[in-house]
Formats: sequence, structure tokens, C-alpha cells
Amino acid sequence: MALLEVRDLHVGIEDCEILRGLDLTVNAGEVHAIMGPNGSGKSTLSHVISGKPGYQVSAGQILFKGEDLLAMEANERAANGVFLAFQYPVEISGVTTMNFLRAALNAQRKARAQKEFSTPDFIKRVREVAKSLNIPQGMLKRGLNVGFSGGEKKRNEILQMALLEPSLCILDEIDSGLDIDALRIVAGGINALRSPERAMIVITHYRRLLDYIVPDVVHVMSKGQVRKSGGKELALELEACGYAQFEDAA
Amino acid sequence: MPNSKTRRDRARDFPMKQVVTKAAAGHATDNVFAAAHGRLPGSGLVAHIRTRAFEAYERAGLPHRRIEAWKYTDLRTLIGAVLPLAPRPDAAALVRAAASVKQAGADRVVKLVLVDGIFAPELSDVDSLEDGVDVRSLREVLEDTTDGAMAGLVLATTTDAVITLNAAMATDGLVIAIAEGEAVKRLIQIVHVATGSLVSNFTRSYLQLGQGAHAAVVESFVSAEGASGYQTNDATIALVGDEACLSYIRLAADAADAVNISSGIIVVGARAKLDLFSMTCSGSVSRYQGFVTLAGEGSKLSANGVNLIRHKQHVDTTMVVDHAVPHCTSREKFRAVIDECGRSVFQGQIVVRPGAQKADATLTTRALLLSDEARADNKPELEILADDVTCGHGSTSGALDGSLVFYLRARGLSEKDAQALLIGAFLGEAIEEIAPENLRDLVTAQAEHWMQARR
Repeated sequence: MALLEVRDLHVGIEDCEILRGLDLTVNAGEVHAIMGPNGSGKSTLSHVISGKPGYQVSAGQILFKGEDLLAMEANERAANGVFLAFQYPVEISGVTTMNFLRAALNAQRKARAQKEFSTPDFIKRVREVAKSLNIPQGMLKRGLNVGFSGGEKKRNEILQMALLEPSLCILDEIDSGLDIDALRIVAGGINALRSPERAMIVITHYRRLLDYIVPDVVHVMSKGQVRKSGGKELALELEACGYAQFEDAA
Repeated sequence: MPNSKTRRDRARDFPMKQVVTKAAAGHATDNVFAAAHGRLPGSGLVAHIRTRAFEAYERAGLPHRRIEAWKYTDLRTLIGAVLPLAPRPDAAALVRAAASVKQAGADRVVKLVLVDGIFAPELSDVDSLEDGVDVRSLREVLEDTTDGAMAGLVLATTTDAVITLNAAMATDGLVIAIAEGEAVKRLIQIVHVATGSLVSNFTRSYLQLGQGAHAAVVESFVSAEGASGYQTNDATIALVGDEACLSYIRLAADAADAVNISSGIIVVGARAKLDLFSMTCSGSVSRYQGFVTLAGEGSKLSANGVNLIRHKQHVDTTMVVDHAVPHCTSREKFRAVIDECGRSVFQGQIVVRPGAQKADATLTTRALLLSDEARADNKPELEILADDVTCGHGSTSGALDGSLVFYLRARGLSEKDAQALLIGAFLGEAIEEIAPENLRDLVTAQAEHWMQARR
């Protein structure tokens, strides 16, 4: 059974159809890259999988571990193992990163009927992961993402991903706003989380990211559909020829 | 300009029954004073002051929407009439009150308890008062015929009708004097407990800090189990001496259908500091009105508050900060969270007197609306009569940011938990400045309790 199976998905926002019959199958252990021009529906797909309100699904279905994902609330999807690394992580003043992480982790554990982490265990765990991502301790005591640089915000997303241990990671333009050093750290953090039980969907405009996170499958999206799928060499082809050929095909 | 957000029309401000209640109100209060007359402490001069105060109140009646300061809190519509004075608490009432005092008490405090408007020494920690802290009951002070000046000071009135009514009707309260230079270590908590139903309680306290004295005083309003539909009218008058420092905190956690109108009149001396905090988290109609005069040069005020409003509660905080002399600073930060059909009112007036140069005053008020029916009226108001001042105010009303809620939900928090975390952060800005740690914890716990009830 595939970990994620998207079948003939049609999604709109207000009166505008964005996804127009999208199919996608992701197995555990695989890394899929989704590339495509602006407005092709990449972020919409990530939002619909993670349960962001405001989208209307007019047809199709999403099965996650064989269950109907669309019937679940966003927090239920998270507890079941769906994780979205946001393109634009939000800032929340007054909630420290540490308190937020604890609230998130314990909410998920509670939903899965697991015991909540004790405070010392939790702090130890966060410190280990933060260290591996070059996140200074001081940052964890500040308001969530408040005053963080673009790179720090993205590293914070990976920190959350590492702590929450999801089975499906969706990385929405994790490379945007990163310099080359930050990109290397973020990619290192992501690669460390690759495992046979876990799948990743990496959404990006640029092939550069895929030099660091080497995908098993590359999909090209245009006008709300997957137009072409292939191996990692497809990314090279795209860089040479651009997206125009797929737009024409639509 | 006031700013309002509501999806409901203003019909409730113009009820047809207005004329009827007005007549009933006048009649009922008249009986209330006449009926209570023999029970109010003080004779001679004190009785004279009371009679004059009641006459002044009678001319005005309960405040209504045509009185600018009460525009959004029309007591004639909201409460209609003043209820008869609560009877003196009997032994059974004291037992019921004791249970509530235990719950309301903060850690490591000296408690002074008023039950149904009467000082209850048997429930109070009078023996653990520190040296330099003198506590007497208002009753004691008013019955002491040798000190007319003190009685006059304690029963001071203003043009405000509810404060004037309070002077006429106050049955008891606490008169606390802190000696010059005394730094009071333990927090003093005045606990008001209402045990009765459909009765009114009138209390008045007087607090004086000598030069250089430091103290923290908290006033809590709670009810005993079974108490309902009562009305509380409290006034606290405080004089903060030169270089003195007072933390004053008011926590109103009344019965769900109770009315609480509390007034604070506080005068701050030179280079003195007042930290004020007010929180209301229950009761059907509640108003805290604080009148702070920065009367000595170099005095500082920090006034914060949090109101948690739901059901059909009407909660009003009204602050008047008067920069009477130069070089004074005031910082005000108020937050309201409104759910269901709750209504929040915030009025914040800053007055800078002619010649009060270098006044530095800021005021921010933010309302968070959690439902379509929730309503908030914010009215910041500056009256600046000097020309070299720094004054500013800001006011916002809005819903929770959906993108923040989604971010938290995508990490596994339920909708209510996500909201609670964001509400906590919203309130935190006003709460974190409460200096006594045990009080900050008490306030935080109350806020969490309120949010728990939403889940």
C-alpha cells in the first residue's frame, strides 16, 4: 500500500479551479520532488494535504496510510504523521519556541494515546536536535520565529520536523530565502531524516536544492496537474529547456 | 474617536422599557437608603456626609448613556435598580465564605476578608500583619467620633454617581496605613466575598502609603457557593506618598450573574510609583473605573488590565489618568478577549494639565473577538493642555489570525488549544509586567481556567 495516494484531485479556491485532476503516488522511503512554474498549484497541493481551510475539494480523494485524509482535521493529520514545512513560517510573539514545541509534541502524543514527554527528557531531546541544526539555545527561548532571519525560520521548521518524526514530510520551497550555507545545513537536516519508513515531498522551483536532497522521483506540475514524472535526470532536463514545453502540452 | 466592531445593531441601547426602569430605579434606591439607614456606621458628621451624598446621588440617579463617561455602560438598562442592602452575615454565611476565601487566596499573603460588605476578623490574618502596617475597619474609623477629618477623607465623593452612592451606603471596608519608609514584605489581599442573593454590598477602603513606603495590595472579588444576582459597589481610595511604591491589583471573579462596579481613586506623590492591574473574568455586568492623579513631579504609573468576557457579559474598564504636574510618566496596556455574545468596553482618558510639561503618556488597548456576536468598544481620549509633552494611544479590535491558528493546527494542536495558546500570548503582554510572582501566577491560572472552560 502506498503511503500517500492522490487520485484525480480537483481543488478550487473561491470560483477558481487550481488543481485539475491531479494524481500522485508516494511510497514510504521515497523522496519526490515537485517542480513547476509559479501558479501551477504546488503550494495548493501541500495546503490541501495538510488541511488548510479555505479550499474546496470538488472531486477526487487523498488516501494516507489507506485512510481518507480529507475527512480528518488538520491536527488529526499531523498526529497521523503529516508534516508541512511552511514556505513562510509564521511569527508568534508571546509563545516561546520551546513552549510551542512542547505543546505540539504533547498534543500529537496525546492524540496517539502515547505518554507525554517529561520536561527533562523533552529539553534533552530538543537540545540534541537543535545542536545538529546549528540552532543556538537562545533562539529557543525567544518568541516563535520572532526576529528570526529567513534561514533561522527554515531551520526551525526542520527542528520541528525532526522532533515530531512524521511519516510524510512536505517541504514547501524550503530553499527560498536561503544562502548557500543555510541551504547546506537545512538539506543536511532533511537528509538525516530520510528513512525507509518516511517519505518526503520536496516542492521547489530550482534544481539546486536537488543537488543536496537527491530525489527518487521528479514530477513536473503545470496548470494543476502532474504533466511528467521521471528520475532525478528530469530536473536537469527542466533546467535546460524550462517549463514552457509542459505549459504548451496543457 | 471610539472604534467599534460588531455585527449586531445598536437596538439594545434604545430599549422601550427605559422610562419604566428609570422610575422604578429611583423608587427602589430611595427605599434602599431609608431601609439601610440604621445599619450604616457613623453618626453626627458622618451621618450628615452620608445624607448629603445620598441626596447628591438621588439627583443624578443611576448613570445612563447620556452621561458621557457611562455612554457604553448604561446602568439603568443593564441593572435597572439598586438592590436592598445585604444582611449582616450570620455564622452560616461565614462558614460558606471561608471556603471561597481559601480558594481565592494567593500564596504567602496576609488576607483581610469582607463578607457581604462587613469585615470578618475571624477569617482574616490580622495577627500576621507586619510592624508599620496599621489596619482598622472602616466601621471602626467611622464610629470613632474624635476623628471627623479622617471620616471626611475616607468618605470623599466625586461627581460620579456610583462613588457618591458608595459614600452614602458603605457598610465597612479597610483603612490601611503603611508607615513612612516601610517596605511591606508580604502581600496584603483584601478578599470580598458575597454570600447573598439579590442583595447589594457596599464597601470602601482607604489605603495610605507614607513617604518611601513599599507595598503590594490585591483586592479579590469572589462569591460563596449559591450566591447569585448580587450587586457589589466598591471604592478604594489610595494615597501614595512621595517616593513610595504601590502595586495594586484588582481581580474580579464574581458569580456569573452578579454586578460589580468598583472605583479606584488614587493620588500618586512625587517620584512615587504606582503599578496597577485589573482583571475581570466573570460576572454579568462589571466595571472598573480608575482615576489616577499623578500629583507629584517625577511620578510614574504603569496600568495594565485583562478582561475575559463571554456569555452575555458586559465588562467595562474606564481609566482616567491625570498628569497634574510636570515630568510624570504613564504607561497603560489593556487587553480584552470576547467570546460568544460578550461585550467589552474600554475607555482611557489621559489629561495633561496646563503646565504639566514633559508629560510622557502612552495607552494601548486591544480587543480580541472570538465570535461574530462579540463586541468591543474602545475609546481612547487625550486631553492635552500643555505644549511640551509626548502622548500617544493605539487601539485595535480584531479576530485571531487564521494563518497562526492553521500553523499551530498543522503541528497537532486542536482548534481550541491553538486558540488558547494564541490568547495566552495576547494576554501575556499585559500580564507579564505584574511584579509579585505569586500574583502573576494567580492571574495566569485564572486566565488558563477561563480558557479551559472554552474547550
